[in-house]
Formats: sequence, structure tokens, C-alpha cells
Amino acid sequence: MLWYTLRRVAYILPILVGVSIVCFSFVHLAPGDPMSAVMPEFASPELIAQIKQAYGFDKPLPIQYFRWLGAVLSGDFGMSTRTARPVWGELLPAILNTAQLAIAGVGISLVLGIGLGVLAAYTRRLATDRAITAFAILGVSLPPYWVGMVLVAIFAVTLGLLPAMGMGPSTSGGFGLEELRFLILPALTLAMIPTGIIARSVRATVMDVRKEEFIQTLYANGLSRRRIFLHVVKNTSRSVLAIMGLQVAQLLGGSILVETVFAWPGTGYLLNNAIATRDLPLLQGTILALAFFFVMMNFLVDLAQPFLDPRIKRQ
Amino acid sequence: MSSSIAKSSQPPIEIMRRPGRIQLTYWQGVRRRLSRDPISMVCAGILVLMIAAAIFAPWVAPMDPYKTSMLQRLQPIGTAGHLLGTDELGRDMLSRLIYGGRVSLLMGLLPIAIATLIGSAFGIVAGFFGGKTNMVIMRITDVFFAFPSVLLAVGLAGALGAGLVNCLVSLAVVFTRAITRVAESATTQIRNHDFVEAARATGASAPRIIVGHVLTNVSSLILTYASSLISVSIVLASGLSFLGLGIAPPTADWGLMLNSLRQSIFIAPVNAVMPGIMILIASVCFNLLSDGLRTAMEVKP
Repeated sequence: MLWYTLRRVAYILPILVGVSIVCFSFVHLAPGDPMSAVMPEFASPELIAQIKQAYGFDKPLPIQYFRWLGAVLSGDFGMSTRTARPVWGELLPAILNTAQLAIAGVGISLVLGIGLGVLAAYTRRLATDRAITAFAILGVSLPPYWVGMVLVAIFAVTLGLLPAMGMGPSTSGGFGLEELRFLILPALTLAMIPTGIIARSVRATVMDVRKEEFIQTLYANGLSRRRIFLHVVKNTSRSVLAIMGLQVAQLLGGSILVETVFAWPGTGYLLNNAIATRDLPLLQGTILALAFFFVMMNFLVDLAQPFLDPRIKRQ
Repeated sequence: MSSSIAKSSQPPIEIMRRPGRIQLTYWQGVRRRLSRDPISMVCAGILVLMIAAAIFAPWVAPMDPYKTSMLQRLQPIGTAGHLLGTDELGRDMLSRLIYGGRVSLLMGLLPIAIATLIGSAFGIVAGFFGGKTNMVIMRITDVFFAFPSVLLAVGLAGALGAGLVNCLVSLAVVFTRAITRVAESATTQIRNHDFVEAARATGASAPRIIVGHVLTNVSSLILTYASSLISVSIVLASGLSFLGLGIAPPTADWGLMLNSLRQSIFIAPVNAVMPGIMILIASVCFNLLSDGLRTAMEVKP
């Protein structure tokens, strides 16, 4: 187990370095320097030089990179060029809000996706099979933000049941009844796509496992259906976990667009603001934080795998 | 040198056809199987109509898509003169949806074309040469895979700045990483086959083996995979437009139309969600057509 963990760590370290280089380059991709977008038009050359120096944009790129990396590692994500406040201060509440939305979305998609998938695998009827496949294709083809707009049009505008946007009276989150009403539509929107994909793969995996010989043997040994189901669950859990890890990452990426539709004050909303005002350090910090989170989540999924299937350790 | 002279001096060899049986080439077979699949044909028909309408928009569209009218804002479906109503500035919805296909479909198709060229080049080189070359290319691909696709596209387009070209570039990057990975694994499998070893033993150069043996064997896999990405690309491109990262208004584009109509959702919910239906139709059709193509080309996923 220790050897396996070390190997996974050795695999993700270079990827994290690569991710940091890509994020660093975001500030320098556009022609001109990051300050030019926010500088007054008639600023004197001295003032421009002074501000560039204050932000550290006057140094050569490799030096800027290592200074930036060092700062990031000590929790300093730089200063927003628009508000001149630390990026981290704006990022933290946004991350918490996104997390709240994501947890709700992930919960819905896992319960629905796994439930539907297992159900479809056990009722081997053509109609169920077709319905699940159609749902999965539709899920991939639907623009998530558009689903949000349709839900708003139905439940908020036409029926007037749920609020259309925002987070409710307390912008800091919380799980009270009033906040929950604001959470329903964005969480459902976010969950829709992964639900289809998870259902489809759970169904395929469960059907594959049920065809294996050891299941036949269990039936022959006279085990009860419930006990056999537990064996099926244990043997499908590994690939289901891998798919879930991927889908949860994609769900968080999709939340950028969904948060924009619902004006949810999370990372997507922050990213949108950063793009609109060309606040590149804010854009960089947000994407770095999200990418780091995805890498770590995949790492944890990898670490959990041997517990579900001890054969992996020996590979 | 000498081989080319020898080749040209030889008389062309007549290939005898077996009597009473028409031999189909691989691509003829693919075309026949595809044309017998009703779902694929319906989807192809819808897509041809959509693309033709977009190309010939000035002749097909009933009205000028940019002509605003303050008196006729957000008219419902079926208003006289406006079959699908009007948008928030009183512009004809049907005309704008037809014109919108130009940018929206282009932004779905072009990045895939670019990514297929670049990605398969990287992937085949990595798979064929193996070793250090493979490691460098695939580790760089892994870094880009550390970002979910929406985040990578939004981040790149946001950093480069809004605009059609920047959007195309960021979408192409997103899809290049996926195609590189598929091309690499397909090439690695082909590379270990005996016929590649035989070609190498006869002294064929690396470019010759790649073009003559590897490319012919991996191209169908790469093409079917790339075709399955078109619908993803259309949805993702519309998302970038929706965030205001694509083409600038007042140009008609489905994602951009959704963005500006979003403000009117409380007044005219049906009009506000209409451009999304176009995105959905295009994306579903490309998805089903690519499924049909995969079956017709007998590629196992």
C-alpha cells in the first residue's frame, strides 16, 4: 500500500507543476502586459513602470514564475488588478458557495444515477434500456446553462414555485429551509448531465459483473439474492468510483456556466467577473484553485481504488 | 531511384473480379451500411438542411436579422410577419436562428478539424517512436487533462480575450488533448504488429511506415472518435459565446442570443429559450450520426 501511494504521488507531482505553469501562463498569454487593460489611457510612462514594479510584472518570466509559485505555496494568490485586494479574500467565500452547490448536485446525481443504473440492469427490458440510453445521449447533448434557463422558465416564471436566481437572504450560505429553495434549481441543473452518464455506466458495469462465473457459482451454492447483490455491489464499486470521480470533476467545471445563469455567487460567477473586467490575476487564481482541487480529487479516487479491489496494488 | 523506373516500366496488373459478385471496397461498404441506417440518415438530412440554411442564409432567411423594431419587441410565436416571434430588440427570431447557425456550427466543426490534424500528428508520433518522445508528449497531455474541459476552454479564452479566433484556439486545445490520447493508444497497439516489424525489416523509413501502415490502420478509429466530439464542441462553443467570450454582438450566434435573451426570461420565457433548441437539435444529430458512423465503420469503442 505504501509503495502504491508513493507511486501515485510521484505521478501527480509533475502534473501539479505542469498545472501551475499553465495557470501562470494565463496572465501572459494575451499580447501586452496584464496591466494594460486596467490602466488609464493617459497614464504617464513613469506611473506605468511604477505599477508594473508594484505587481512584479517588470521581472523576466522565469523569475516571475518562481516568485509567483513561492507566493502561491504560502497561500498568497496575488492581487486583483481591478480591486487591488488579495485574490484569496475573494476566492475563499466563492469556493465555499460553489462547494455547497456542488455537494447538492453531486448528491442528487449519485443517488439518481446509481439508482437508475442498477434498476435498468436488473429490469432487462428493451424499453428501460432504450430510455436510459436516450437519457444519456440527451444528457451529453444538452447545454447545461440552457437546461437552467428552461427550468427557470418553467418553475420560476410560469409556475412561480421557486426563486429564479441568487442565494437567498443570507449570502454566506446555510442549509435552512429558505436557502434550500434557492438551491433546488441550480443543483438539479448541475446534476442532470452526470446523472445520465453515471446511470449508463452503472448499468453496463452491473450487467457485466452479473455475467461473470463467480456469480453463477454463488447462485449454485444457494446464496440468497440479497447476499449475491452485495457481491455485485462490491465488484462494481471500483469502476463506478472511477466514473464518479471524472463526472464530479466535469460537474464542477460545468458549474461555471450554471452559476452564471442563476447568479450564484460562487467561483463561476467570480470567473465571469474576472473575464468581463479582464482581471487576469483573479482568473488565474480561480482556475488554479479549481484545477488543484480536481487533481487532488482524482488522486484520492486512485488511492481509494485498492481498498475496493486489492488486485490493483500488484499491477 | 531505380525502383521508380522499374515500377513505371511494368505493365499494370489486371485484378480479376470474381464472377457474379460485386466486390466492395471498405469505404463503399461503410457508405452502404450507413445509408441503410434510418436514424443516421434522418440526422444527416437535418444537419444538411441546417448547414445549407446557414450557408445560404441571405436567400433563406425571411427578414434582415439585424433590423430592430422598438414597437415589436419579444412578440410571441406566430406573430404576423414573424413566424417564431421577435427578440428583445424586435429582430426576427427565425432569421436570426438561421444566421446564427453560421458562427455556431463553424465554432463546433472547425476546432474538431484542427484538433484532429494536430492531435493525431502528436499521438501517432508519440505512439510510433515510444520511449522518451512518448513520455514527453503524453505527460504534457496529462497536464492538460488535469483541467475539466469547460474550465480549460473558459480559462484559455478568458486569458486570450474575447473573439472568434481566440475561442477557436481554446476549443482546439481542449480537443487536441483528447485526440492525442486516442491516437497514441491506437498507434501503440498497431506498432507491435508483425506487418510493421516486416516493413521495418525491409528497410522502410519511419515516415513511410507511418503513412503506409500506421495511418491506414488508425485513421478510422481517430475519425469516429473525432466525429463523436463534434456535438461536445457545439455545446462547449455555445457556452463560451454565452459567457460573452465568442463573437461580439450584434452578430447572430445561438449561445450569444441565449445570453442576451436571458434578461427577458420573465417576460417571454419561450422566446428566451428558443436558441437552445437549435443547439440541442444540432448536438443530438451529430451525436447519433457519429454513433451510426461508428457502427458502419465497424470500429469497436
